[in-house]
Amino acid sequence: MKKVTIFGLSLSLPLLVWQLLFFAFPLVFLVALSFWVVENYRMVPDFDSVNWTKMFSRGVFWDTYLRTLALAAGASVLVSILAFPCSYGIAFKLSANLRRLAIFLMVIPFFTSYLVRVYSWQIFLSDNGILNAAFGLVGAGPYTMLNTDFGTMTGYLTLCLPLVVLLQVFSLMFVDRTLIEAAHNLRCGRLRTVFLVIIPSARVGIVIAALFCFILTFGDFVSPLYLGGGKPPTLSIMITDTTKAGQQWPRAAVIAIVMIATLLAVAFSAIGYAYRKRA
Amino acid sequence: MPSCVHGSYEPHKDARNIANGTISTIYFEKAVNVHILPEELFRRCRRPRRSALELPMKNTGDGDMSNPSSGSGHLFTRRRFLHGSMAAVGGTLSAPYVVRRASAATTELTMLAWYGHAEPDIVAEFEEQHDVKVKPKYYSGGDNMLALIAQSPPGTYDLILSDAEYVQQLNAAGYVEELDPGDYPLDDYFPEFQDFPGHWKDGKLFSVMARFGFLGVAYNTEALTEEEARSYGVYWSPKLTGKLGHFDWHLPNLGQVSLYDGNRPPFDLDETAWDKLQETTLSMRPQVGGFFDYGGTFASLQNGQMLAFCGIGDWITGVLQKEGAAVRTVVPEEGGLQWTESFSIGKGAQHPDLARQFIQYITSPEGQVKSANMAAYPALIPSRKGWDLLNAETPEEAQRQGMVPGQQNVMDDIREGRIQFRALPVQQTLEDWNDFWSDYKSG
Repeated sequence: MKKVTIFGLSLSLPLLVWQLLFFAFPLVFLVALSFWVVENYRMVPDFDSVNWTKMFSRGVFWDTYLRTLALAAGASVLVSILAFPCSYGIAFKLSANLRRLAIFLMVIPFFTSYLVRVYSWQIFLSDNGILNAAFGLVGAGPYTMLNTDFGTMTGYLTLCLPLVVLLQVFSLMFVDRTLIEAAHNLRCGRLRTVFLVIIPSARVGIVIAALFCFILTFGDFVSPLYLGGGKPPTLSIMITDTTKAGQQWPRAAVIAIVMIATLLAVAFSAIGYAYRKRA
Repeated sequence: MPSCVHGSYEPHKDARNIANGTISTIYFEKAVNVHILPEELFRRCRRPRRSALELPMKNTGDGDMSNPSSGSGHLFTRRRFLHGSMAAVGGTLSAPYVVRRASAATTELTMLAWYGHAEPDIVAEFEEQHDVKVKPKYYSGGDNMLALIAQSPPGTYDLILSDAEYVQQLNAAGYVEELDPGDYPLDDYFPEFQDFPGHWKDGKLFSVMARFGFLGVAYNTEALTEEEARSYGVYWSPKLTGKLGHFDWHLPNLGQVSLYDGNRPPFDLDETAWDKLQETTLSMRPQVGGFFDYGGTFASLQNGQMLAFCGIGDWITGVLQKEGAAVRTVVPEEGGLQWTESFSIGKGAQHPDLARQFIQYITSPEGQVKSANMAAYPALIPSRKGWDLLNAETPEEAQRQGMVPGQQNVMDDIREGRIQFRALPVQQTLEDWNDFWSDYKSG
């Protein structure tokens, strides 16, 4: 049982080395960096908590933190709600062939760079853009959509919706059909079945999908900058601002560590919730 | 294009790949067909400078048909579609690169500069004359420049192009060599620029001014009249609510508001003036439609999303204007700011003689004309002889930029006291200014 074979090692070691080299070591370095100081635009190794006290004492940091958290959480909920009817339809209503096609269509957006897709949105959302031109035809608008939170959210949806739909579809496809039939036999209505049987059965997939959405949007730089107009800024924009101003990489490291800690906390609690024993 | 859209930080590598065909045309077709990207999108990929995310791209603006990546197999319509987008990006990216790589020069002259200063339109002639290759490292801001020097061994950079306000810091840190004023045609310069503040210390010269420009009110000429744009007060106009953009750097923005507050000089503020400046700036916040890097500034002025911009000048609107966009910059009544770019020779430079020759080249009338017309971003030039040659060679650009002797020109603006040098804050630290800027953005 405990015998370590060369074969086993050769399979598991690369992953371990990879993780150490590209995750653990950089993380340790990031923590160390956050205690360095900057003198005359040059980083000097030190052990000074000045960066932590400086960042934590600034109201703008906490405002930005809460805003980023709210945007990411909002995006996760919104995307999950928007994705669910679509995933439900794909998983339960389509024939096997159509389902394959639908899944394929959900994969297609990943063929093109996210940055390109976000830039394309600018053409739709700008004041003189395609959407406002269409609204103008029916006498409405123009609405300001670019450089607003609406724009940011549009970008987040572009980033996450296909992925969330895919993850939800895969979890819904594996919901035990006999449970649904049983519910129907017990005269449970369609909508009630969805909320009382299907969603609880697919909970793991739905929560993990929302978690992915949170992780992707919490650290996203592109949408808030190019569709949100950088106002108000999110944490990722704040990181670039901090590095630009006086080469404050140590302070940027503080922001990054807070972000990583937040993501870890959210990820662990989400996974804990997803795999919690059914009550 | 791929370097732009993928956020790759090695555009030259991509350019090479396009040139030798390792990034296939199919790749482009896919991107184009699926998303129908208009020309505008690609134009953004061509913008040259100024942001951390921003990628240095070549921007010669012509040579569309020389694009090896557009291939001969395309239908005419696709060709037309690609014209000015794909072609402009891929073609102009790769074509000069191939040429430059083909001539294997023996010596490399290293240059630390803003994007554009070591592009073929500027350096090709020098490279040919001296059988040398100018190897640039492009930076995106004075802080970034100082950090790059600090992190490299002495002698890494032969030539250092710096914004004037950072020259003193370069000098104080001992990063640059002393220069012999006799080597350079300073006598050709307008008297105002012969001993530029900060370039001399204790009678010793450390940096030679190469070009400059003004920052003022950049506006959409279809939305605002020149009359309206003649005051920074227009930033508070109801016409601009949600339509005022900021170039995302505190120095030029706060400098302009400081001029509006009536501070002279605008960067030397006591406690009261600094408080007042913050108050005035904050009152502008509801007008603001966004904070933009170079690419965003460029795009939102071009597509009309922003109707006026705080913190920029002809170095952005000039590029757009030449492409036919209805934008320009005027120096308002309260005065404008001047940015200044100067060359120094790095401490312990490997090729000090070549570096000296390059500064001589770029400050000569011919070099000055190239500098004024630089594809990446146009600028004013300090050499009188440069002006004469500019008026002989490209009179329309001399006229556009206001560099025609004998009629109202940019030197009159300076002599009438309407222009203040952009500088670092005197009584506050850069950090104070930057912290306020972060708070303002977040507000």
